[in-house]
Amino acid sequence: MPEVLKAPLVVEFPFTRSVGPVQSAFLTGLRERVVLGVRTRDGRTLVPPVEYDPVTAEELRDLVEVAPTGTVTTWAWNHEPRRGQPLTSPFAWVLVRFDGADTALLHALDAPGPEAVRTGMRVRVRWAEERAGAITDIACFEPYEGEGAGEDARVGRGEHAGGAAAGARHSGEFEDAISGIVAPARLDYTYSPGRAQTAYINALSGRRTVGERCPSCRKVYVPPRGACPTCGLATAEQVEVGPRGTVTTFCIVNIKAKNLDIEVPYVYAHIALDGAGLALHGRIGGIPYDQVRMGLRVEPVWTDGARYPDHYRPCGEPDADYETYKELL
Amino acid sequence: MTREEAPARREIAVVAFAQTDHRRTSDEFSEVEMLMPVLHNVLGQTGLRTADIGFTCSGSSDYLAGRAFSFTLALDGVGAWPPISESHVEMDGAWALYEAWTKLLTGDADTALVYAYGKSSPGSVRDVLTRQLDPYYVAPLWPDSVALAALQAQALMDAGDTDEPALAAVAARSRADASANSHAQLRGPVPQGDYLVRPLRTGDCPPIGDGAAAVVLAAGERARELCARPAWIRGIDHRIEAHGLGVRDLTDSPSARLAAERAGAFEGPVDTAELHAPFSSQEVVLRKALRLGDDVRVNPSGGALAANPIMAAGLIRIGEAAARIHRGESDRALAHATSGPCLQQNLVAVLEGDPR
Amino acid sequence: MSKEPVAVVGIGQTKHVAARRDVSIAGLVREAAARALADAELTWADIDAVVIGKAPDFFEGVMMPELYLADALGAVGKPMLRVHTAGSVGGSTALVAANLVAARVHGTVLTLAFEKQSESNAMWGLSLPIPFQQPLLAGAGGFFAPHVRAYMRRSGAPDTVGSLVAYKDRRNALKNPYAHLHEHDITLEKVQASPMLWDPIRYSETCPSSDGACAMVLTDRAGAARAPRRPAWMLGGAMRSEPTLFAGKDFVSPQAGKDCAADVYRQAGIADPRRDIDAVEMYVPFSWYEPMWLENLGFAEEGEGWKLTESGVTELDGDLPVNMSGGVLSTNPIGASGMIRFAEAALQARGLAGEHQVERARKVLGHAYGGGSQFFSMWLVGATPPDS
Repeated sequence: MPEVLKAPLVVEFPFTRSVGPVQSAFLTGLRERVVLGVRTRDGRTLVPPVEYDPVTAEELRDLVEVAPTGTVTTWAWNHEPRRGQPLTSPFAWVLVRFDGADTALLHALDAPGPEAVRTGMRVRVRWAEERAGAITDIACFEPYEGEGAGEDARVGRGEHAGGAAAGARHSGEFEDAISGIVAPARLDYTYSPGRAQTAYINALSGRRTVGERCPSCRKVYVPPRGACPTCGLATAEQVEVGPRGTVTTFCIVNIKAKNLDIEVPYVYAHIALDGAGLALHGRIGGIPYDQVRMGLRVEPVWTDGARYPDHYRPCGEPDADYETYKELL
Repeated sequence: MTREEAPARREIAVVAFAQTDHRRTSDEFSEVEMLMPVLHNVLGQTGLRTADIGFTCSGSSDYLAGRAFSFTLALDGVGAWPPISESHVEMDGAWALYEAWTKLLTGDADTALVYAYGKSSPGSVRDVLTRQLDPYYVAPLWPDSVALAALQAQALMDAGDTDEPALAAVAARSRADASANSHAQLRGPVPQGDYLVRPLRTGDCPPIGDGAAAVVLAAGERARELCARPAWIRGIDHRIEAHGLGVRDLTDSPSARLAAERAGAFEGPVDTAELHAPFSSQEVVLRKALRLGDDVRVNPSGGALAANPIMAAGLIRIGEAAARIHRGESDRALAHATSGPCLQQNLVAVLEGDPR
Repeated sequence: MSKEPVAVVGIGQTKHVAARRDVSIAGLVREAAARALADAELTWADIDAVVIGKAPDFFEGVMMPELYLADALGAVGKPMLRVHTAGSVGGSTALVAANLVAARVHGTVLTLAFEKQSESNAMWGLSLPIPFQQPLLAGAGGFFAPHVRAYMRRSGAPDTVGSLVAYKDRRNALKNPYAHLHEHDITLEKVQASPMLWDPIRYSETCPSSDGACAMVLTDRAGAARAPRRPAWMLGGAMRSEPTLFAGKDFVSPQAGKDCAADVYRQAGIADPRRDIDAVEMYVPFSWYEPMWLENLGFAEEGEGWKLTESGVTELDGDLPVNMSGGVLSTNPIGASGMIRFAEAALQARGLAGEHQVERARKVLGHAYGGGSQFFSMWLVGATPPDS
């Protein structure tokens, strides 16, 4: 089996997230070095503040301020930070219960090594120098030697450090409160189209269009995807189709697509290559756009270095009769 | 509330199961090329053709594939012509099986084809799974799936529920059992290795790989026609927990326990349990939540520590448990599937064979 | 073994807009869910399970967002299912939820579908730069426009039909407070003068991009008996799929759509849909799909659907009103669009559609489709329970 094709696929987008009132208050608060929680009806204080009670599903809106200090409830040492994580040198992931809170927040703890981290240790927020109203306004946590230091808080199942110690009510109102965040996300993949499409693409580099025939229904699939979709069987027999074909239907594109450098108007058409069981897509050139018609006979026009035909142009044959291609519409 | 008392619920069984050999990479195959042999295998076991199947349901993830609508191309392997009654969940295939089970319960169909597939090899699955997390407070920090499992493992150790040697024993037992499973990716002795994210070592973590699985369900007499010893689904239920790790007790799995209770798992002893515990520490949580004693054979297939094709690994647990019943190696088995960070969502099925 | 009849007792939608910048994703879905619960006069504790649907996760950049949404939808401690069947997903999601009731697995189920398109850009999500593949040569409409041309060729429909549909749906939307587009100064001339984007599709004949959510509470007979307002009853429901691209595929009138409708009609005892069905909410993302689906769904002979549109039959006061709510042409939160069709059909059957209510709407069809015209889901709802 010849080597399959592979290429990087980067999926990247800066998502624009509106955050709603509770999250806006919390994230804006971080910008102002204020840590907010939210109170539930039964008196728990949740930090970070969530919009809906995880137990009762009630909408939560009563904000309180808590101190920027807390206790580690569990941790994990990350000796190899990955892209996007809060610190670039080894750090501990921690869940931190802020003083006055009943729930914990996930973040990073800057510590010299795993031997310096333990459940129950006291930590405080290290604020980012530049803050914009995002969870990353907390640069990380750091060990806290101040009040309560040296004396680990007890952390156990079902025990609450919060309750009565919870902080003062907070209006949640700030000047220039943020209404949203921009969350860039990039994931890197290595894409491989698999066996059948690799064969198809390799043939294209010789300017040949090669499909695959279904062993059962005998239809020729172009491009082949490895299976006959109606029979659910693997295809293997290779069949060259075209190069000429028939325009089965089309539209005239009058708006420029962002990612395409094609002057409008142009014709985007479905083209049934001779011998193919279904139409593929291409642009029609070499003819005024308003003279393209269903049934037009065309041939591919290749340009150097391109994987696919640049466009198809009339080949001079008389138009195909509707009856000959109506099944391919 | 759940209608446990509903009269004469239709009997539904797993009658066939097939899976790929799970491997680190399968880049010579597209998803449909990887999936199709499994579909042919499972249909072949029953002698059914696509046109005979009453309902088809699949589970997969666009994010794993890096492409929107990736499941539409997998459908090519089914041969959906003439058109079929079909659905898809963006979840592990165990939940596709659940949807198919409800469809069969309504009486609208007598047989169902359920499949799932996942290719983890094209992307960095630890990073991909960060996109499952709270998009405002957590995802921007990119905490990877191993880190989250490590937080859970440390909580277990702090609570005295486990320690590193105990976790190593879980990992070793899983890979030793997998040596009898030709489909498994990690088989036989595997070194515990260095910390990946402390306290979890490479041996505590699942292999990253690609794979697919398929199951055929059938109702009542149809099941008996298609399988010598059907694996009857005596109960199946699933439950979800709060999303935030900081609001949950990571040492427990109340959702797994509740699902098991609703599935009837505690109404009688099981001899076998296939647990979807991608990390050794999660087996500790699940054994406790599901009240599995030492007399229960846990993960004879090797479990997710031996092969973890994401989106299919849960369905494979049900398939493996059913296959043991088919083979007469189990009479009453529990199968479990999970989804989300640190066992956020759990499904439990109880399978039984007819008395021998 | 008979199925439990399924009733719709609660319906909620957000006001659909281009960008809901005041809420999180959780806040958006919560709003629709809370309205559905309020309509049913139920609380979160009354809900046994949640079934949620949406289109590709890339649209919001959250993988399996139901995990994060469990808290907002009161699903903690309950079963939660996530459906994804491309554009038909809103309808499929409702049908999966309905099956839970029909199978007597649960008594009362919340089902919801959403899309928050403003978090990203749908065209980005739909055209990720997959290596080796020929780049998409036209925008979203470029996929549909050639099929519209094929329909025009087959049917001989005059090229004004598309504008009639758009003009009708946008006027209907003015009567629907939740619709996204409220074009108060719409005229047929304006539709016909709008730019030709993907000839034969004009700008005014295309759907908008919306943020929105839609939710329904489905329940059994016992739940319906307790409902404070009239329920709608599910009389039939089905899904059908065919492959994305195949030799012999009919993009104009896909077989899966015909089969899906036939299954629904069989369940509901519909002999002649044109006579027996009173109104339709169908998934029409580009105006020409109205006549195409009228034929595919059996309301007109092949090639004749446009005549119903042209003669006013599908107007709000016509003999077979179509898209009384304004349809997808006026509101398109992609993953929710199918469920909005199903919910609007149920609103009509309940007689609670307000200004866009059709008089004597006893049996109403909700229709959704997606992918390469390959996934179909439909339900028929009525004012009275099945077999009564």
